[in-house]
Amino acid sequence: MEPKAIFEAVQATFGEAAVELQEEGFHPAFLVVSPEKVKEIGRFLRDDPAMKFDSLMCLSGVDYPDRFAVAYHLHSLAIGHRIGVKAYLPREAPSLPSVDDVWPAANFQEREAFDLYGIVFEGSWDLRRILLPEDWEGHPLRKDYKYPEFYHGIKV
Amino acid sequence: MKANAGALPTQEMLINMGPQHPSTHGVLRVILRTDGEVVVNAKPDVGYLHRALEKIGERVTYAQFMPFTDRLDYLASMNCNAAWAWTVEKLAGIEVPERAEYIRVIVCELNRISSHLIAFGSFTADMGAFTPFLYAIRERERINDLFEEICGNRLTYNYVRIGGVSADLPDRFLEKTKEFLDYFEPKVPEYNKLISYNKIFVHRLANVAVATPEDAVGYGLTGPNLRGSGVPFDLRRNEPYSVYPKIDFDVCVGTGERGTVGDCFDRYMVRINEMKESVKILRQAIAQIPDGPVMAKVSRVFKPPVGEVYFRAENPRGETGIYLVSDGTVNPYRLKIRAPSFVTMNIFEKITRGLMIADIVAVIGSFDIILPEIDR
Repeated sequence: MEPKAIFEAVQATFGEAAVELQEEGFHPAFLVVSPEKVKEIGRFLRDDPAMKFDSLMCLSGVDYPDRFAVAYHLHSLAIGHRIGVKAYLPREAPSLPSVDDVWPAANFQEREAFDLYGIVFEGSWDLRRILLPEDWEGHPLRKDYKYPEFYHGIKV
Repeated sequence: MKANAGALPTQEMLINMGPQHPSTHGVLRVILRTDGEVVVNAKPDVGYLHRALEKIGERVTYAQFMPFTDRLDYLASMNCNAAWAWTVEKLAGIEVPERAEYIRVIVCELNRISSHLIAFGSFTADMGAFTPFLYAIRERERINDLFEEICGNRLTYNYVRIGGVSADLPDRFLEKTKEFLDYFEPKVPEYNKLISYNKIFVHRLANVAVATPEDAVGYGLTGPNLRGSGVPFDLRRNEPYSVYPKIDFDVCVGTGERGTVGDCFDRYMVRINEMKESVKILRQAIAQIPDGPVMAKVSRVFKPPVGEVYFRAENPRGETGIYLVSDGTVNPYRLKIRAPSFVTMNIFEKITRGLMIADIVAVIGSFDIILPEIDR
């Protein structure tokens, strides 16, 4: 299916939760959705017989100049099309529902986004830091991250 | 006194496997909760090699990031190099000369053979057979020699460039590659005779840690691990890039030859068979390679247009996806590497439930994970 058709189908079901379609300069195109509806929209995209997005290729946090975003790249092995889904989040206390029971592959990547961006995935079955030590302070991939001078009293 | 097994106190035990453990292929730590010999739960703990490559990527230029991709999956540096180049070229719309694309395919497939050789060798060594490892290393040595001629390095190659490759092939390289293929092709059946159908080896792997096709897709397994579960999906075929559409090869899938579809043995066999397919691809690429330049015109101060791109390439360990956000400056704005081994570790906890402790080693080996790529 073409991104435009997918966007219209999501809009028909979820109304205003489908915010816009980012097409120009984006490969693949992104459906921008409101963060609180991410899980329902994800389930719809996975289960709808015309979409069948059964595979979550990649889940990434992004720190845009004024807000965070979580970008999901979906692919359908059954049909062979792909689409991106993006949810923008405020810089203060960013959080959105976890999609790990829609696509189990999300868990590790959500933990990574939590670890490196501090984005909270509500309802995740296991949300802990993954790459950094558990007592690490701050979230290094944020653009305003301050490099620490000491770790456990050791100069770095 | 009468023996009463029911009265013996039993309790679950917490065992720490790794990070320094010969069978974990690097510094992977697995926290095992066991009931006797049986694994109740195995939680992987990763991150010991975290080098913040994505953060580094935001501070260097597009070309400067190339050597860092060598350090992602060091057993398949060429593939990682090429994946990065293809991503940036897709973002910037760079046309790469055809000869350069053929050279990339040739080095990628050679690297795939060498990576699968290590997978084969170290896996069999984990299973207690040491000899195959020596055979695998012997063959890999010849590929390393070929790569050394191309770029001077034997491990981290840094050969591919954005827009092409750093230098044309040296004299007689294609002949030497052909000689290697003639030498290597009969080796694969030899491996099968040596170990693949060995009774003990098969018993260790068949029906162990079965990933059903639904689980494999849902948990994001890719590459040989996905195909081991019987899903015939290969990016070189299904989402063709570079010159792969012009090349004819078979997609190897697991068939449940000795047990169930998607068990450790199937994943192992997919890799063995893929080596043969790579030989096929290499022969065709060598026959088809045209003359011409090997580098497109790319400006020294390289600024791609504003945009976002996600590209994925079929690497020996699965699909390496790169999500690149460009703001039009010389540095990437955001660079996310979807490492196949990282996503593969997701299924580990589910698939190891109820196995024996010794099977954990088989599972890690059959997934052919590599830690620098997991931890980035």
